[in-house]
Amino acid sequence: MKPMRSESVIEVRDLTKNFGNLVAVNKLNFSVQPGEVFGLLGPNGAGKTTTLSMLCTILKPTSGVALVNGIDVAKHPSQVRQIIGIVFQEPSIDDRLTGRENLEMHANLYGVPRSEQKMRINEVLRLVELEDKADLLMRTYSGGMRRRLEIARGLIHYPKALFLDEPTIGLDPQTREHIWSYIIELSRRENITMILTTHYMEEADKLCNRVAIIDYGRIIALDEPKRLKEGMEGDVISVRTSAAKELAEKLNEITWVKDLKQINGKLKLVVKNGNATLPRIVEIAAASGIRIESMSIRQPTLEDVFLHFTGREIRTEGGEEYHGLAAIKRRSIR
Amino acid sequence: MSELRGIYTLWLREVKRYGREKSRLISSFIQPLLWLVIFGSGMRLTSLGVTSVNYQQFIFPGIVGQTLLFTSMFMGISVIWDREFGFLKEILVAPISRVSVFVGKMLGGSTDAVIQGSFVFVFSFLVSIRVSVGVFLFSVPIMLLITFGMVSIGLTLASLMESLESFGVIQTFVNLPLFFLSGALFPLANFPKWLSWVSVIDPLTYGVDALRIIILRGAWTPILPLQYDVLALIVFDVAMISVGTVIFGRRR
Repeated sequence: MKPMRSESVIEVRDLTKNFGNLVAVNKLNFSVQPGEVFGLLGPNGAGKTTTLSMLCTILKPTSGVALVNGIDVAKHPSQVRQIIGIVFQEPSIDDRLTGRENLEMHANLYGVPRSEQKMRINEVLRLVELEDKADLLMRTYSGGMRRRLEIARGLIHYPKALFLDEPTIGLDPQTREHIWSYIIELSRRENITMILTTHYMEEADKLCNRVAIIDYGRIIALDEPKRLKEGMEGDVISVRTSAAKELAEKLNEITWVKDLKQINGKLKLVVKNGNATLPRIVEIAAASGIRIESMSIRQPTLEDVFLHFTGREIRTEGGEEYHGLAAIKRRSIR
Repeated sequence: MSELRGIYTLWLREVKRYGREKSRLISSFIQPLLWLVIFGSGMRLTSLGVTSVNYQQFIFPGIVGQTLLFTSMFMGISVIWDREFGFLKEILVAPISRVSVFVGKMLGGSTDAVIQGSFVFVFSFLVSIRVSVGVFLFSVPIMLLITFGMVSIGLTLASLMESLESFGVIQTFVNLPLFFLSGALFPLANFPKWLSWVSVIDPLTYGVDALRIIILRGAWTPILPLQYDVLALIVFDVAMISVGTVIFGRRR
């Protein structure tokens, strides 16, 4: 049964943000249910962080409505702040204080009753396994430990929703997996509603119950990761060849080839029955005298879903990475 | 109530951070010492027209004032650090008002500056001034009144600055005129007429005068009666805190 409207933790209607005449976020509509892990997935500059900032009352929406637990973020920002936890993309801890002092400060700022404070701090420290490091200065913490402490901090005041902005950006792969397992644990054990932004496909896939794929400030697809991938209806075959263009022309004529895309001298095509189709492609290439350098076949990922909807890969290989407003501006120049 | 708790929290943070910076604590001893001993012993007062105290005794309250001024202004740097290291975000999304954020930081900075100013009293024996516990305790509220406004200026300027460097430059521009015009190093009577008018709008003039009244007692002829000095400082504090909270709240 679909939950009723009023039960959503987050409710967003036609949410829009302009910077000058630049539309950073364009009429978004979505809702997040209690206990859900909801992902905003998209390339840098797509408008994810802008969306999150509006939900966190850091930015004022240009138009549209965003409700957190039924409270309008534009009309009652301080009430919203009281009931949300935020883990920012950039570090936001005081590294001259200890982990515990950072948590105490947060508890005081958010008015956690003094009688509960000690217990609650120990609770969240246990949750992220930092009890034994709590009394060390933050500057001695590693990047992953800092992230974990920030997650713990975001939870102290029993928020109705926890916002995570690119929670694993800048972390090494091992630490990333570690953070993932904490987020999954939190969701499972504490049933905390979480909204996270990411440009890592794998992250969205692993963590989120539902994912909204965002590009140019718009939602281009919204569903469970599994269903998004199933929506591709088939397998993904990549072909590397020096004559990509010629082969693409040949394959385009064939009816069982769905969704053929050319990127970086590589062909990517979606076909219904990959194992049976692979040899056919080799035959077609051979018949036209095209040499294939390599081929691979795999299940679709969210990356393929993104490619399918936008014709681009989410991460431009070797390209410079832009963040924040710079990324949004860059996209308007293109 | 929760606003008060927020102010207390931010105050505590500033004081804790200050207490952990050993280098700053040490330098706070060195600077006033240099002024008192090197600068102070090289100068003679007779040419300046004051005969009741020697020069080192004359500048002693001025050096207290200078320490308060420089330390207070420097406290603005915490705004820039917080912005640089991202901590400002955590404070700004917390459910307390900008006014409380400003007041908490201001009180924290003032406390640090007054602690630093109190260290100068340790050197009173070097210049043969007897500072009783009573005199010191009487000086503390005056020191606080001096720092409230000065820290507010520091925080306000810092929140308007984009970088650490530009804050450093501006700080010098504000510090030195306030210091020199306050009469901390020479009697205002020696100023030409137009300069003595400028020193009238220097809040530190009243701070240093009040400190001289308390520390040098009868040996000092006040510029204004103590209660007028205090009044001038209060007016200055209220004005600077008001300007500060408005500008601090306006950002972003």
